[in-house]
Amino acid sequence: MNGWSALDRFLRTDPRDVGCAEAMDLLHVYAELVAADAAAAEHYPGIAAHLRACGPCGEDFDGLLAAVRGAAD
Amino acid sequence: MMPGDPAVDGITLPADLDADSVTWVRSLTGPAAQRAAGLARLHEMLLRIAHSELRRRSGRLRITGPELDDLAYQAAADALLAIMAKVGQFRGDSRFTTWAYKFVIFEVSAKVGRHFWVNPPVPMDAEDWDQLPDRFGLEPAREAERRELASAVRRAVDEQLTPRQRQVFVAIVLDGVPLDALAVKLGSTRNAIYKTMFDARRKLRAALAANGYLDDQTSRRT
Repeated sequence: MNGWSALDRFLRTDPRDVGCAEAMDLLHVYAELVAADAAAAEHYPGIAAHLRACGPCGEDFDGLLAAVRGAAD
Repeated sequence: MMPGDPAVDGITLPADLDADSVTWVRSLTGPAAQRAAGLARLHEMLLRIAHSELRRRSGRLRITGPELDDLAYQAAADALLAIMAKVGQFRGDSRFTTWAYKFVIFEVSAKVGRHFWVNPPVPMDAEDWDQLPDRFGLEPAREAERRELASAVRRAVDEQLTPRQRQVFVAIVLDGVPLDALAVKLGSTRNAIYKTMFDARRKLRAALAANGYLDDQTSRRT
């Protein structure tokens, strides 16, 4: 993907996107659902949409998931 | 106190909360000696997570060595304070450790965002529109397409965005300033900057679709 298609992907917004505040508030709950393979995106579609679009929240989620999985190892 | 007891020093916890979480909350809200031991254990855990998180991000950061250690200590210390201020609000909707990890991950992000301005790689508001095609992977050889894309987006930015939306778009997309770092610079929050950028993206897409550059389907989801 490059050029116009990459721009298109970047500019597209998802109306389900809950924004950073709500995603950050529930990130620990969402991370445990993902770690447990418990259909997190179905339970929280707005958070899933947000994490796909927001780099910083996506980065925090990756870090939290790594911590949860590391603790479980 | 048995795991699953509904209250720990006045804090109501779910009856099915795991034993480890109950132990954590009890140790952090109990008598002074117990609390001191709990705080030491919590700090040790937060420091371990801060270090591993900074190592995980290190390939994208311009921070190494003692500076990285210093950020880890700062993040762990500030997360400890935040957790102790909010331990009474722990709802038990996750394990205590997952809830606590979240605080230190957020602190790492905040420290990294502030650290960006110690030695920023580009001046803010450089507004170099020639960079735009590179941001979206357009190869230098496709010169006509690069010019068309930059020109169309610049026109949409000039015509559609408010001054604040334009400032945020230019900083993030053209100058490559990380969103958290921009929030620090503008005295704002991640949430507010994201919302500004979200609205800007929606307006730009609508304008580019109206001008025939992008298709007008607006509900495609991944």
